[in-house]
Amino acid sequence: MKTPQKQERTAVNGQNRLIADEVTLGYDQRIIAERLSVEIPDNSFTVIVGPNACGKSTLLRALSRMLKPSHGRVLLDGQTIHSIPAKKVARTLGLLPQTSIAPDGITVGDLVARGRYPHQGLLRQWSPDDERVVDESMAATGVAELADRYVDELSGGQRQRVWIAMALAQQTPLLLLDEPTTFLDIQHQIDVLDLCAELHEEQGRTLVAVLHDLNHAARYATHLIALRDGEVVAQGPPSEIVTAELVERVFGLPCQVIDDPETGTPLVVPAARRARVAAARVD
Amino acid sequence: MKALRTRAGLSVRFDPRALAVVGLLCAAVLAASVVLIGTGDFEIPAADVIRTLLGSGAPAHQFIVNDLRLPRVLVGLLVGAALGLSGAIFQTISRNPLGSPDIIGFGQGSAVGALTVIVLFQGGAAAVAFGAIVGGVLTGAVIYALAWRQGVHGYRLVLVGIGAAAVLTAVNGYLLTKAQLVDAARAMVWLTGSLDGRDWAHVWPLLALCAVLVPLVLSRARALRMLEMGDDVAYALGVPVERTRLVLMTAAVLLAASATAAAGPVSFVALTAPQLARRLTRSPGPGLLPAALMGGLLLITADLAAQRLFGTDTLPVGVLTGLLGGVYLLWLLVTERKAGRI
Repeated sequence: MKTPQKQERTAVNGQNRLIADEVTLGYDQRIIAERLSVEIPDNSFTVIVGPNACGKSTLLRALSRMLKPSHGRVLLDGQTIHSIPAKKVARTLGLLPQTSIAPDGITVGDLVARGRYPHQGLLRQWSPDDERVVDESMAATGVAELADRYVDELSGGQRQRVWIAMALAQQTPLLLLDEPTTFLDIQHQIDVLDLCAELHEEQGRTLVAVLHDLNHAARYATHLIALRDGEVVAQGPPSEIVTAELVERVFGLPCQVIDDPETGTPLVVPAARRARVAAARVD
Repeated sequence: MKALRTRAGLSVRFDPRALAVVGLLCAAVLAASVVLIGTGDFEIPAADVIRTLLGSGAPAHQFIVNDLRLPRVLVGLLVGAALGLSGAIFQTISRNPLGSPDIIGFGQGSAVGALTVIVLFQGGAAAVAFGAIVGGVLTGAVIYALAWRQGVHGYRLVLVGIGAAAVLTAVNGYLLTKAQLVDAARAMVWLTGSLDGRDWAHVWPLLALCAVLVPLVLSRARALRMLEMGDDVAYALGVPVERTRLVLMTAAVLLAASATAAAGPVSFVALTAPQLARRLTRSPGPGLLPAALMGGLLLITADLAAQRLFGTDTLPVGVLTGLLGGVYLLWLLVTERKAGRI
């Protein structure tokens, strides 16, 4: 846990491409976050964590301009994101939403090809570039051999790779992922996260993901943002900020933080039930 | 999917199968039109019909073909195409094969407008058409407003629409009971949907509206395809979701309303045409052009059958589309239930 002064300095200095500047977010009358400021460091793999209803998905929706803040603004390359034409934003910033519907009877190749939409026009529907990028995206996500299969026939893990391939075909330097591992079993979760790490390291893309699993976040993120009740509690590299005290403050969970034997990153081990009950009695 | 590219960097992407289907549908539409023009109290052989259409027919044929039967066929084609297109748009936006304008209240709304003019004001044909358009557009606005909640979503649109359709049907029943006998008879004929007595005066306004709306809709076809994958994905791909949906829905409401104004509420064409076209092209997503052609073909084939199958009693085309469409609707409900979607 770093001191608040450090947080002040890293909050908003306007150097990075994607910034939420004092945004107030909510649905109808319900306010989720008030005057929240977050900056996504360029070329980072940023992961947003926090308990349910802390506003992490809401923040992601705001960063991807799907939710308009009632106060403040989201800046993309220094411009208010809502004032930039939709297609232009879509060439810079991609999003893998939580819910997506594969049209009946669509093949993997055709679905991935739809990711080229923001680069196309009425008279420029399918350039050699489009074809090359779609092939590359399918190769990068390991779905090239599925190109002629129907999306409905695929397993959950394969399908998620296909949607990621579609987002990649958009060729955006920034890519936001809203809980990309939900509903997947453990080996597919790791599979998807490995893929994200690869995209970040090898293609130099800036990634922002919302994740539920704190240990996955600590292992894969280069920059971690911990939210609680719509406020940033801590942010920075996981090895610097993930401590037992932080986890307790953010999630209300007594735990130990040890070194991950595989990667050396912080590993959160929740306290045993007895220890937690005893601690509660002392309180 | 295949692509066609020019040196100037232009490129068009198409599905060979869909293209073949469009070609076949065009041929079928032309063939059915020729047969339909030849059909009636005074039969004309197909060769003579074609000769007359090309401008070198016998004078007696010219009057029957060009002045009497051609406009009727053209109205049928335009009405069918408008309904098919409108159905394809609504089914895609609501992501539901039941979300078509004749199920979710637009046909009934147009009927309320037309019956109001017939029953309460004893208006002429033009006034009835105007009433139908106003009724359809008002219904569209009300349904949109009721279904809107941070954007319009499929299920809500269908449910609100079905509710509106029930209310509007009741209003129509009420208007009929209030009507004078002569007006009620006229209203009933209008309500079945018919192409009888349609002439060039019906063709031009419909053609003008289609000339504006069809290109507008086709220019949004790719955005509509993105909308199929859910609002979030469409947003992410740079589609201005709510604006696109509003433009397309407005166009679809106008298409359905003007088709109804021209021929009465011909039922089930909007429901069936897009689905049939989709099964033929086997492509994902709305084939707008195949749906429009299929709509036109369905309507004039139904008109042909209505004139040929029942001997001397020719039926209004709406009776036949209603019969065929009803069977299709039952089949759809059964299969959708089996698939667990309703």
